[in-house]
Amino acid sequence: MAIKTEEMVLNMGPQHPSTHGVLRLELVLEGEIIQKVIPHIGYLHRCFEKHCEAMTYPQVIPYTDRMDYLAAMGNEFGYAITVEKLLGIQLPERVEYIRVIMGELQRIASHLVAIGTYGADIGAMTPFLFAFRDREVILNLFEITCGARMLYNYIWVGGLSHDLHPDFVRLTREFIKYFRPKIVEMNELLSTNRIFIERTANVGVLPLETAINFGITGPMLRGSGFKWDLRRDDTYSVYNKFDFDIPVGEGKVGTVGDCWDRYYVRILEMGESLKIIEQALDQLPEGDVTSAIPKRIKPPVGSVYKRVENPRGELGYFIISNGTTSPFRVKVRAPSFVNLGIMDVLCKNHMVADVIAILGSVDIVLGEVDR
Amino acid sequence: MSYLDTQFDDNIIIAKVDDLFNWARLSSLWQVGFGLACCAIEMMATSASHYDFDRFGVIPRPSPRQSDIIIISGTVTLKMALRVKRLYEQMPDPKYVISMGSCSNCGGPYWEHGYHVLKGVDRVIPVDVYVPGCPPRPEALLEGLMKLQEKVRNESVIKKSA
Amino acid sequence: MKSEEELFNILKTKFNENVIKLVKQPIDPFIICDPLMINEISLYLLSNEELLFDNLMNLSGVDDANGKSTPIEGIATIEGGTLSVYYHLESTKFRHKVVLKVCTPREKPEVASVALVWRSADWHEREAYDLLGIKFLNHPDLRRILMPYDWEAGYPLRKDYANPEFYHGMKVPY
Repeated sequence: MAIKTEEMVLNMGPQHPSTHGVLRLELVLEGEIIQKVIPHIGYLHRCFEKHCEAMTYPQVIPYTDRMDYLAAMGNEFGYAITVEKLLGIQLPERVEYIRVIMGELQRIASHLVAIGTYGADIGAMTPFLFAFRDREVILNLFEITCGARMLYNYIWVGGLSHDLHPDFVRLTREFIKYFRPKIVEMNELLSTNRIFIERTANVGVLPLETAINFGITGPMLRGSGFKWDLRRDDTYSVYNKFDFDIPVGEGKVGTVGDCWDRYYVRILEMGESLKIIEQALDQLPEGDVTSAIPKRIKPPVGSVYKRVENPRGELGYFIISNGTTSPFRVKVRAPSFVNLGIMDVLCKNHMVADVIAILGSVDIVLGEVDR
Repeated sequence: MSYLDTQFDDNIIIAKVDDLFNWARLSSLWQVGFGLACCAIEMMATSASHYDFDRFGVIPRPSPRQSDIIIISGTVTLKMALRVKRLYEQMPDPKYVISMGSCSNCGGPYWEHGYHVLKGVDRVIPVDVYVPGCPPRPEALLEGLMKLQEKVRNESVIKKSA
Repeated sequence: MKSEEELFNILKTKFNENVIKLVKQPIDPFIICDPLMINEISLYLLSNEELLFDNLMNLSGVDDANGKSTPIEGIATIEGGTLSVYYHLESTKFRHKVVLKVCTPREKPEVASVALVWRSADWHEREAYDLLGIKFLNHPDLRRILMPYDWEAGYPLRKDYANPEFYHGMKVPY
């Protein structure tokens, strides 16, 4: 009797504790080996681009917060500098510095969630609790600045909604002092953990040429060993005034570009962000943060594409203006959306359990994938 | 042996079935580990170290079949609404729903131009407690949970409430 | 590093009538190309040793809404005009950038797919198809991506889109 074999199709999500939201993956399996991964997205499609067309330029900012809700400051930052480029306005120095500080604090907060949930996905619950404990400290800093914990509406076109709280600088310095040892702690707890390394090293290796052709950016690209950071390579705001390194994956425990490298790049980036914040606090100039905010935002006809380095990669805004007070078209190049497209290549010939490890290392936010 | 164990040797406690059941139910409301959008991050923050949902007996369970409450934490889109409904149907009775955040209450900021957003999760499943906010702070979610516990406390096995 | 003018001249000599013109504007000038030849132009931009545009930063579909607008039963319906697609390219080696644009008629929007040149274009093109209804010829898997697969009410980002009253028994408007 001939043996009949057939592929099995396994459904994962949209309700699954490890898909970081409402992602659905269709896994085509041969035994335990993955032949193909078909991602189904759009379960959180909130019509961002349609809203932009109906809103005025400043009204769009709260909606940008809700795209990548783990890095809301980064989204506002990107949108604000895109519109400012379209308008061609100059900003006070203080605004730029505060934006950089906020952006980097947000990067740490976002990476903490990425690392914490990655640990939880793979079976280590403690890093999750530790990461959220440290994240609360950053959220408190944001809260004294603008009153909100997650979605801020703080960075406006041409300035900021408020100046810093008088205690902000002192508290941020205290946070830096508090947080440095926590990175070491996280390394001892998770990065060098034998079980964690077994689960992530040599899993989901992403070669550099493939990464560039797929448009991969952010920690994933750097994990594959490419020194590419828009803060330096296509510099914006005042990032050129700071001294910081761009960590890349080196294959310390496995191959260059595996899950562990992508994870470890995030750990190192948190340290670099602390460096930038420290320098920015030292150089923080005085000034008025609301003086350059235009009374009425009405850019000239034209189009602009501007991108910033968000915690997840290159966040780009493409805005077409037709000379009215609301944008004609806004298209967002969301880093998670592009990074998720490579799941099929990364997961091929791996075990089912590795899908979780790979997905966690890609670090997606579904609000941004679906917009 | 703790203090309480030594006090009630060979004793019988008489209570109403309602009180006993309600007390048991409200102290271990297991939730479906299920996040939708921004509010899910605040829900995670609530269950993490700082706010510690666990002290109310709320533990995330991966499967709806083992859960008592579902917290709709975020925007319910039309594509997702059918799945949310199916998740709700899979939960065993008695089951409770907390609608967390403006989006699942009424569509939130997407109420006007959101062509793909369901304007309120109560169009597909019944809701017990609405928590306003965009996103609600963890304290607000805890308050919402306590309101739900209040509701459970006053339920009756025989008389079906509302 | 090459300027837009130089890039335009290189493309013009290679593809002559398929590269239409360089539109100059203060920020991000763009080159208008033939929609059915864009895949070959892209392949040339990627593989030429002196250009090496290996990174497709963004691909966006746009409804130009430049046709005749007639209100039918209170809903403005647009006839004629064009839909267009913008390509933002970058070379990670030479650091130069270029913006390409193609225009395609609204009634029969067809653009050659570049998904096999840059794999990142795959999902971007599916999104443009989903939200604007631009058909990408020779795309490996052109399905809806964000909206439900059984969405029948058209393409939401078109300027004359009207939302349906019900979807699977759920009321859609507020």
